[in-house]
Amino acid sequence: MTDQNDKPDLSDVPAAVSEPRRRFSVQLVWIIPIVAALIGLSLAVKAFIDRGEMITITFQTGEGMEAGKTKIKYKDVQIGEVKSLAISKDRAHVVVTAEISRDAKGLLVKDTRFWVVRPRISGGNVTGLSTLIGGSYIGVDAGTSTDRRDEFIGLETPPAVSLDVPGRQFVLRAADAGSIDTGSPIFYRRYQVGQVTATTLDKDGKGVTVTVFIRAPFDRYVKTNTVFWQASGIDLSLNAGGLKLNTESMVSVLLGGIALETPDRNPPTQEAPVDAAFPLFASKDDALKHGQLGVPFLLTFNESVRGLVVGAPVDLRGVTVGEVTKIGVSLDRSRTEFSMPVEIVFYPERLSSANARGKSADQAKLADYRQLLDQLVAHGFRAELKTGSLLTGQLYVSLDFPPHPRPASIRWGNSPPGFPTVPGQMGQLQKSLMQIIQRIDKLPLEQLTGDAGKSMHSLDSTLKSADKLLKNLDNSLVPEARSVLVEARQSIEEVKKTLGEARKTLGGANQVLSSDAPLQTDMRETLREVSRAAQALRVLGDYLEQHPESLLRGKKEDKP
Amino acid sequence: MSAPPKSAASYGLCSCHVCRLVSRRTDFSAPALCPRCGTLLHFRRPRSVTRCWALLIASFILYIPANTLTIMETGSLISYRRDTILSGIVHLWNTGSYLIAAVVFIASVTIPLLKLISLTLLLISVQRRSLWHPRERTRLYRMLELVGRWSMLDIYVVTLLAALVQLGNMAVVKAGPGAVAFGAVVVLTMFASMQFDPRLIWDPMQRKETHD
Repeated sequence: MTDQNDKPDLSDVPAAVSEPRRRFSVQLVWIIPIVAALIGLSLAVKAFIDRGEMITITFQTGEGMEAGKTKIKYKDVQIGEVKSLAISKDRAHVVVTAEISRDAKGLLVKDTRFWVVRPRISGGNVTGLSTLIGGSYIGVDAGTSTDRRDEFIGLETPPAVSLDVPGRQFVLRAADAGSIDTGSPIFYRRYQVGQVTATTLDKDGKGVTVTVFIRAPFDRYVKTNTVFWQASGIDLSLNAGGLKLNTESMVSVLLGGIALETPDRNPPTQEAPVDAAFPLFASKDDALKHGQLGVPFLLTFNESVRGLVVGAPVDLRGVTVGEVTKIGVSLDRSRTEFSMPVEIVFYPERLSSANARGKSADQAKLADYRQLLDQLVAHGFRAELKTGSLLTGQLYVSLDFPPHPRPASIRWGNSPPGFPTVPGQMGQLQKSLMQIIQRIDKLPLEQLTGDAGKSMHSLDSTLKSADKLLKNLDNSLVPEARSVLVEARQSIEEVKKTLGEARKTLGGANQVLSSDAPLQTDMRETLREVSRAAQALRVLGDYLEQHPESLLRGKKEDKP
Repeated sequence: MSAPPKSAASYGLCSCHVCRLVSRRTDFSAPALCPRCGTLLHFRRPRSVTRCWALLIASFILYIPANTLTIMETGSLISYRRDTILSGIVHLWNTGSYLIAAVVFIASVTIPLLKLISLTLLLISVQRRSLWHPRERTRLYRMLELVGRWSMLDIYVVTLLAALVQLGNMAVVKAGPGAVAFGAVVVLTMFASMQFDPRLIWDPMQRKETHD
């Protein structure tokens, strides 16, 4: 390496000290990149392993969501994050792409539900207040299916009941939804046992299907014969039974709700299976009527049924044992007469006679009741229309034993069987009124009025002659009467004078008789004198009594 | 002067790394010690290129997580952010702090990258005994040395904020794993440039001269 030619003088440069060769071959410096590579590799591997599952959720709107910020939370624990928001191809939806962390992959199954948690006021409670500050997030309700899925359709409203709450779901079919909405409470003995999870209009548009969820352990009170009714708001009814006001809790008054009840049955009924369908009745009365064995009857009335309505009670001495289901009119062409056929449903179970208990087969029961009713009718059991309320004129059908019924029997052959009726009290009243009117009608009114006219004529002439007589009297009598009156006046004046004198006399008498009059004083003096004299006489009498001899001998001298 | 000046090594002279005493070596094959302080003598920094390569490769590897991992986590009542260097710069830019964004971009992204590239360039040229622009390459090295420490700007900011902003639930700043990687990149590149012996740039000139 060194050049020998122009080598400078290096003699004064100190020579290096020789050193034996050292064995130092391992180059430790390479540890550094190896360590760095290991760290980098481990990070890469970790990132790969921790890589979350990408899912898409479709929402109607992207309100409150922001790519890279909006979290996905399950039970308030973050399990993922929204990565991007995009409009769907048909521009109708928002497609949210989100990354779900690896340990939450198990939640991504078919029936897992996603919804956006925003502040909400519904169903009597306020939810999602924390999102006011922290921003909206996507809530997750874990499904139970094992079918994996990475595309979901998000719910617009949070599910009323999360899937991990134990309980059972049932389906109710109603004519209309009333005031029931998702989240409406369900009451059993006025205790909330569940919620409405969905209300949908049937596809044929002829009804509403309400899905309800009853929490465990209350779901076991739902039996196969359980009845559900709308306990929405205030049930105010005015009928022949009077004015009726029914409410459930205040919450249901405001928000609507459903109540359920299981009528007692012997033997006890089975528990209803999951997703069992039940009818949803409009009121508790409707619901309780259902489930009872109803026997239809046809009552034929001849009187007016004005005031009788469908649903009017069939009453047995105050107990409702049925209701009116149909009111019609039929024309008997041969006799040109109208009759009013009224169909009723009679609940024989409400005539709970002791021997009917314990029978299970409905047919056997029915036969029993036929027999029973036949007996009753044979003893005069009849239906009649009665006025429930004079104020409203509502009618109801009363079953009872009226006095002196015509013999009749139930016509079981007809459909529905005909039940014998008697004219109602109103009808009878009308009949007797009619009779009175007919009698009035029969009176010879015209003749009577003719006679009256004649009488009036003669009365008129009589009055005229009386008038003439009066005039005559006037002419002849009046002057004489006047002179008589003058005389009478003179006499009266004289009488007046006489009276004045009499008054004076009386005044004098009055003076004489007054207490300070001299006559009075004298009288008093005189009386005193008399009294003294009487006293002296009494003394004398006493003396004489004690000394009668003094009459003869004279008064004895006082002894010294 | 047409020919480049001869290096000390060409005369068998060697400077001690510690006491800087120049001494003469006669036996080039055997190791020699400084006659004054007894330190092992080398003509050039021993295994400079190898060590520099090792550190440089480590820097390259760590440069990836430094830019992809979170460098700072900021949490407050209403938001929670995890920023990498680039997302932080984008955030600054979007919120209107253009100057700060530019400074951070230059200090935290451009300079480390330029350092890595220029060191690679120097190493390759030295290994290839290239004769290309030795002066400019030396200037580049000087700049590397000068500018290297300023790359720690990000780390300063993060460590300061993490230490100062600790308000419990209200606000919190935490350093992420990216900060460690980034700090490692800066430190490793500084070591690498320290390991590089700029005299190696000029050695090929000597050889060329002698071969001619």
